[in-house]
Amino acid sequence: MTAAAAIAGIHEFEKRTAGGLSPLQIKAECAARALADAGLTWSDVDAVYDASEAGRMQGLTIAEYFGVTPRVLDTTAVGGSSYEFHAAHAARDIAAGKAKVALLTYGSAAHSQSRAIGTGARPASEPQPSSNMERPYGLTLIGSYAMVARRHMAQYGTTPEQLAEIAVTTRRHAMRNPQAVTGLADIGIRNVRELTIDDVLGSRLIADPLHLLECCIVSDGGGAVVIVSREVAAGIRTRPVWILGTGEALGYPASGADLTTTAAVRSGREAFGEAGVRPEEIDIAMIYDSFTITVLAILEDLGFAKKGEGGPFAAGGRLAFDQPGGPALNTDGGGLSSNHPGMRGIFLLIEAARQLRGESTAQVPGARLAVAHGNGGQLGTRHAAGTIVLGRD
Amino acid sequence: MAEQAGQQAERPLPMFPEPDTEPFWAATAEHRLAYQVCLACGQVVFHPRRHCTGCLGGELEWRDSAGLGTVYTYSVIRQNGQPFFRARVPYVVGLIEVDEGFRMLAEIVVDPDLVHVDQRVTVTWEDHSGLSIPLFVPTV
Repeated sequence: MTAAAAIAGIHEFEKRTAGGLSPLQIKAECAARALADAGLTWSDVDAVYDASEAGRMQGLTIAEYFGVTPRVLDTTAVGGSSYEFHAAHAARDIAAGKAKVALLTYGSAAHSQSRAIGTGARPASEPQPSSNMERPYGLTLIGSYAMVARRHMAQYGTTPEQLAEIAVTTRRHAMRNPQAVTGLADIGIRNVRELTIDDVLGSRLIADPLHLLECCIVSDGGGAVVIVSREVAAGIRTRPVWILGTGEALGYPASGADLTTTAAVRSGREAFGEAGVRPEEIDIAMIYDSFTITVLAILEDLGFAKKGEGGPFAAGGRLAFDQPGGPALNTDGGGLSSNHPGMRGIFLLIEAARQLRGESTAQVPGARLAVAHGNGGQLGTRHAAGTIVLGRD
Repeated sequence: MAEQAGQQAERPLPMFPEPDTEPFWAATAEHRLAYQVCLACGQVVFHPRRHCTGCLGGELEWRDSAGLGTVYTYSVIRQNGQPFFRARVPYVVGLIEVDEGFRMLAEIVVDPDLVHVDQRVTVTWEDHSGLSIPLFVPTV
């Protein structure tokens, strides 16, 4: 393989409750553990990527907090997809010779702070042209995704049952992940067990046609990823997970545009093209599951199914880790059932790397190729798409 | 925490100063649904802004829509923590394909069981101090 950069170290904060730790403390703990995972230390870090989720303009302070001296600093902040953008930029910076050891971190106490991410009152901010046209109407974050789901149903005949399959599959994966099972109980979910399609469709509607169990959980958490050059990768403790291709794209409302097609159609084409990989070769699909519709639309846009055929594609449990046909979807349990502290993108990279190392709790035997696709902002309106294609030797 | 008796939460309104959208909201006071067209390239521009997104030189002209459109998609919002909308659930928000060629977000004032994609809708106005909020109702 000719990839210039590899994921060398990973760590996911084990709990879904912060236990009094601040987001910065979670970030530092995860960073230290991910560096140790790779067999590296703070002084090896020469590039830092940060989405400022722990406070405003963290680019000014995060290196000091960690105690590192970066040559490269990138503060791209595009919501939950920030970490796929960071991985793309780290691979590019390493390929350009500007960095050798890149550190990506995330920390959040969204659950402890009782943040109602999907249905909460939106804080008034500086007036913007777009928000001035939208704030009188009370469209919640979930409502925005729900409008995509409604249009998908009207345009292609997608059914609630097909969407529910995605929540059923991710919960099944979560039940194999002890941290997810403990975490679901810790954030107050009673009677944690596998779900049926009827369970999902029997839960209350939050924003039609999306039900409660089609919405991601709100947890605390965090994680870190260390990305290194080929030269550094030769000496690490772990099996390198190569970054084979990357793609970035933005989507926003436009008159006449097809709302069911997301920016993933562009970021995916770019990432798969660069990797020289076709979607049908992918073993593991880590797709940001903020909601069931997010996965369905993005599976289509990445080329796993034709546009409009994501519903039949997902039906019959096909996306489970032990089913033929694949790909295996969100094998850690996803944002729907394992970990969603607000910006889940880093966990997509972490679980993809676990699979390619053979360390997942829902391991696909011999997994060789994975895709991590982050979606930031909101489908149905402005959103960011970051696609990373990963492979092992 | 109980709200004080007689104190009703108000619909969130656009915030000013915001020069791109101010002319749009000024027109609503006269119940005009305004949008922009580029005189150079014909691009319909919405949300409103100062520059044309289709070409570099265009001057944008304000026009009034007839206020008729089609529901492109919608959702029935059943949970919202914001006080005004919490009191209003369930309510319908949708994207309206307005006949003049732009798509706008709006509330659709309709029985949630009767709204559907491709439904024809007509603008209606909710008056506030200095501006009106365009809402849509099914066309009869």
